[in-house]
Amino acid sequence: MSNFWHWVVVAIVVGSFIGTMWLLFANARGKAGEGDTGHVWDDDLREYNNPLPRWWLNVFVATTVFGALYLTFYPGLGNFAGRLGWTEQKQLHERLDALKAQRDRQLAKFHDRDVASLATDPAARTLGRNVFLNNCAGCHGADAHGALGFPNLSDKDWLYGGTPEAIVASVTHGRNGQMPAFNGAIDAPTFDALVRYVQHWNDPKLDASVREQAQKQFAITCAACHGPDGHGNQVIGAPNLTDTIWLHGGTRERIRETILFGRRSAMPAHEKILSPDEIKLVSAYVYSLSQQPGE
Amino acid sequence: MNHERIEKSVGWLAVLTALAISFGGFVEIVPLMVQQSKTQPAPGMKPRSPLEVAGRDVYLREGCYNCHSQMVRSLAEEVLRYGPAGQASESVWDHPFQWGSKRTGPDLSRVGGRYSDDWHRIHLLNPRDVVPESNMPGYPWLAEESLKGEDVQAEMRALSRVGVPYSKADIAAAPEAVLGKTKLDALIAFLQSLRAPPAAPQAAAATTSATGEGS
Repeated sequence: MSNFWHWVVVAIVVGSFIGTMWLLFANARGKAGEGDTGHVWDDDLREYNNPLPRWWLNVFVATTVFGALYLTFYPGLGNFAGRLGWTEQKQLHERLDALKAQRDRQLAKFHDRDVASLATDPAARTLGRNVFLNNCAGCHGADAHGALGFPNLSDKDWLYGGTPEAIVASVTHGRNGQMPAFNGAIDAPTFDALVRYVQHWNDPKLDASVREQAQKQFAITCAACHGPDGHGNQVIGAPNLTDTIWLHGGTRERIRETILFGRRSAMPAHEKILSPDEIKLVSAYVYSLSQQPGE
Repeated sequence: MNHERIEKSVGWLAVLTALAISFGGFVEIVPLMVQQSKTQPAPGMKPRSPLEVAGRDVYLREGCYNCHSQMVRSLAEEVLRYGPAGQASESVWDHPFQWGSKRTGPDLSRVGGRYSDDWHRIHLLNPRDVVPESNMPGYPWLAEESLKGEDVQAEMRALSRVGVPYSKADIAAAPEAVLGKTKLDALIAFLQSLRAPPAAPQAAAATTSATGEGS
């Protein structure tokens, strides 16, 4: 604020203090029962013009004193910062620093341990779960069961590997899945055969001629990434096509769409969002989900 | 002058009431209008692109502000959850600003870059597809409505009249920028543009994430 406006604010504030006090004491003179307002209603009803009660007057003076003290110690009087030097930003940073110190103390306990051992530690898993809910649940779900296009993390099926190292790498550097589009690259009858083949991989009832026609095409366009046997490739995140788990849907329509138009999946990198210790904890939590018996 | 004169004269009552309200307005509003930190754009801030302007229109039309705020309060818990606290200088080009006053859903002022475009697409069509516990409505019709270049131009012209620095060339190029885009594309572009200004004072704080309560 420029100097001029600073003095405008100061003048208004100080003027208000003086003005209200003057108004108060100017009206406080006189005694109860002396004189009236001059209004007359219904022929003989009159209104006393009594001074304010003493206690009310004292409370008013006290609030004025409080206001003056407040403006001495805290900002409010134009550009005057107040004797205590308090600012909203400073208070925020003090609180943030305290919270960070508290968090670092919590994380320090787990600093020297590896992911596999943290995965069996309930305290570490609780912290890891909090990191997960704050950063991962939007796509993978609060229960880590994923959604269409976003992998389930609680099963034993992994696109990029389910070892502690692979999970830490996925979280730290992110992943970029690319399924190219084959729109126009495959003739219609072969395309239909390919879709049926991929959908009914293990179904013995699938027509042998369809299987044969599709397998030929599969070897040309698909095997490079998904492997000759369709088991996928964890180096590039190509899914296993022979199981019943479908990242982008296993209906005929969805598989057609996937082959025709391709798919893109992006797991963001978290190295700038989470600290290494937090990455370790959240990885341990994710790792623990697939280690539970019966899942 | 005694009370009776004022109370019994409509003219005096009107004049003095207007005077009192003007004084109140002067005291409360004018000092804010002359504070640079509240009237100048934050350093490094750029006006929204045509597609983002169109997306902001969709945001207003669908009433997103009824459930989402765009203002991170200067409380540590909010800064840890969303990112740097909001500054008045971020909103000087927003007419009207979208601070909002209710959070049925989360604050959105730092949501840019948090999710992929594909995530937003799925989520806006039917939120339950990615967040099963969500109670946000779906907006499937946005994918079927295409943008009109002249609407975006009109919007940008109006914004430039109230101080957003769009040049004639910016406005002339707008129809090309939104050609073939749907309202869904526009809304996603707008959401991805909601970030802390480049030189936000607490940029460092944004890189931390809460290990505390789950959301």
